[in-house]
Amino acid sequence: MTLTPQQAKEKLDAHVRDIVAWHFNPETGSPFWVDAAAGKNPVLKLNFDPRKEVKCFDDLKKFGLFEDDWLRGGPARRWVPRALANKPTYIFETGGTTGIPKSRVVVEDHWIDYEQFSATLPDKHFPKGSNWLMLGPSGPRRLRLAVEHLAQFRGGICFCLDLDPRWVIKLIKKGWMEHLKAYQEHVIDQAMTILSAGHDIKCAFMTPKLLDALAGRLEKEGSSFTKAGITGIFCGGTEMTSQWIRFAMEEYLGPDVYIAPTYGNTLMGLAASDQPKPEEDYKICYYAPQPRATIEVVDFDDYNKVVPYGADGRVMLTTLTKELFIPRFMERDEGVREKPSAKYPWDGISGVKPYRGFAATTVVGVY
Amino acid sequence: MPHIPISRWGEPYKSLDLDKVVHFATGEVLAEVSRANGGLVERDMRHAQRARDVLREIPIKQLLAMVKKAGELYAKAELPCGDGTQTPDQFARMQSATTGLPEHMCKFNMSKNEFVLAEMEQILASLTRGLDLDILTRGYGVESRGVPVSYQAQSPVLGMVLPSNSPGVHTLWLPIIPLQVGLVLKPGPQEPWTPYRMTSAFLQAGIPKQAIAIYPGLGDVGAAVLQHCPRSLIFGGTATVEQYKGNPRVQAHGPGFSKILIGDDKVDEWEKYLDIMVDSVLINSGRGCINCSGIWASRHTKKIAEAIAAKMGPVQPLPPEDPKSALAAFTVSGQADAINKQIDDDCKEAGVTDLTAGFAPRLVKKERCDYLRPTVIHCEGPDKAIAKKEYMFPFCTVVECPQDKMIASIGPTLVCSAITEDAKFQRALTDCVHIDRLNLGPLKTIQLNWLQPHEGSIVDFLYRARAFQFDKGMIKI
Repeated sequence: MTLTPQQAKEKLDAHVRDIVAWHFNPETGSPFWVDAAAGKNPVLKLNFDPRKEVKCFDDLKKFGLFEDDWLRGGPARRWVPRALANKPTYIFETGGTTGIPKSRVVVEDHWIDYEQFSATLPDKHFPKGSNWLMLGPSGPRRLRLAVEHLAQFRGGICFCLDLDPRWVIKLIKKGWMEHLKAYQEHVIDQAMTILSAGHDIKCAFMTPKLLDALAGRLEKEGSSFTKAGITGIFCGGTEMTSQWIRFAMEEYLGPDVYIAPTYGNTLMGLAASDQPKPEEDYKICYYAPQPRATIEVVDFDDYNKVVPYGADGRVMLTTLTKELFIPRFMERDEGVREKPSAKYPWDGISGVKPYRGFAATTVVGVY
Repeated sequence: MPHIPISRWGEPYKSLDLDKVVHFATGEVLAEVSRANGGLVERDMRHAQRARDVLREIPIKQLLAMVKKAGELYAKAELPCGDGTQTPDQFARMQSATTGLPEHMCKFNMSKNEFVLAEMEQILASLTRGLDLDILTRGYGVESRGVPVSYQAQSPVLGMVLPSNSPGVHTLWLPIIPLQVGLVLKPGPQEPWTPYRMTSAFLQAGIPKQAIAIYPGLGDVGAAVLQHCPRSLIFGGTATVEQYKGNPRVQAHGPGFSKILIGDDKVDEWEKYLDIMVDSVLINSGRGCINCSGIWASRHTKKIAEAIAAKMGPVQPLPPEDPKSALAAFTVSGQADAINKQIDDDCKEAGVTDLTAGFAPRLVKKERCDYLRPTVIHCEGPDKAIAKKEYMFPFCTVVECPQDKMIASIGPTLVCSAITEDAKFQRALTDCVHIDRLNLGPLKTIQLNWLQPHEGSIVDFLYRARAFQFDKGMIKI
């Protein structure tokens, strides 16, 4: 049943109360948050009782801003809720080309997120039971296991390859562009081998840059996504513009291949978008998997203020699952606040790109 | 507001990503430029060979006549520009408005481009050492002395990743079309004007539109041009030059670190050469790689620096349309502040003196742009950190250094004007491999002879001489 924006807000407020009650309860919550409330967390001491004072989403402002450095280094167990302590636990990393990466512990969140995302994919183009190609980063990354789970959840097998994005970033920083090209070709070689091996692959995850590269290679070899049997592409991992998606649809994919752009990260999960349309200038509008996570577009100078619809601002993420509570995390992106839609009765975001304050130092689109 | 589309081998393409080109002084939006994406470049390179093929169908003699005509059109005609038209005066105004270069300097650069196109036949004759140009079309031929020769194009197109700050660099790609090689142009963000206007002039003069593609964009577009064109030129800083050093596919043009060296035999007459020194530093607002950034002598250096400072110190920012305006504006926010701070920091070193400090503050901040006033720094020795620095405004160091230590100390030097009659010194300068263009005598560093190669011959970059033997009876090409 579709909710109204007001009903969605009420649902979110109720969800916030449940999640806060869970994470700050000494029986169920994570040591990080329970200790913060008790004044025993060396990096964060809360001067209020969240279980009493947080009654709605807006009350999360009492936490201030989440500092991403809290996610670096160990012990990772401080993030595992006590109620989940005996479950098998994954650790997923983000960044880490130099220094200690940010990490996130996960039990089943990546499964849940991608099962929910699965419902947004049209079966016509992502047929149930079909096999997948995962053309994205490998290693200690959520994306690799999550895409594999998505394929399995939809009844298929996921074929993966080796891609180390940290090495790619090092190549870019060193200016070793010939090596970068060679590494990209090495990755595309692996994809071409998988596609040529009779695995009947119909669906794929790929990043925009790798979609460009694979399309170029297929074309050079007299093929195309359609000829290779691909009918649906789930695209994400790095930023993509409306112009890029128009280019991909007009010149690489054609009318028979569906592309599902996504925006997400290890902390939030996946924000989905419908396939952009020419009549809407290929606008890509993402909606977070609310209430498990939210995206707010906030004023560049005042993070407590959400910008008006149609205005741009910085991305603030909040993660609200039983496995992880991350309130008010300032993402390294900015975008335009979009109105709720019939399908997603909460705020969306379009025009996502690196936050202007960091853009000069951010290496984007590396794989 | 005019829209300037991407040109995909002559076919206009309006992007969903549009960049506004803004007047540096007024903030007025002058045009919207379509922004390409890297994949677009890669995809269009499928047609790179066609660019050379269509040019090879036109004899080089005819192409030379066309580019001469194009030079006239570029300098004098109202030409299509995006979805509108543009007169020469509008062009100069727009180029000035976005690059910060005064209008009279933009017009001077126009006349320079026109001159190069008009003289292209002589320029190619010099660069090819008198080769019958049809040999480039055919791929082989026989020299006048009866020796078979063959020149093989190494790429059907030349990629150009162009800068924003120096409209003077465009002369480097003007010989490409008559060499029957296509052009893939990535304009500098603040200077889309010359690539578009020149292309417009080429097309009006009869050059096939399939020979030229233009992709405005960001770093990904520049990277795609370099990756997919077998031969490219890129303009950038020292880091860019270092990055592409030794890469046979890329010719990187960076800072020139051009210098004037005064020999011991002439330094006592330094006042005779003062105007040459000042012009070498100041002309074109010091923006070119051929502008002098270092004057080296073994004695009188303090007096030389004081005399140059006395000439350049009073120069102040004037409106861009003022014919006396000698300084270009810094239109990229924060750039002038950063340079100013670097110079101030370097001046703290013992033995380093800013001789223009007494005239007025170096940094002039305006509402939407900044200026840096001419700066002359005296260095008591070549070991000072600032001695070999170069900035894109009228800036020079005057460095005290014994003559016999100069060549070892000057570092890479694009243009070296050596004022000396000392045969031993001249011999050493002639042999020095880190000097590119060598002027022996009182010549301004900015004085170019167009019949000479610049940072390597473009012909050698695009064509490889190779062995070729054939049976006259069998050859069909």
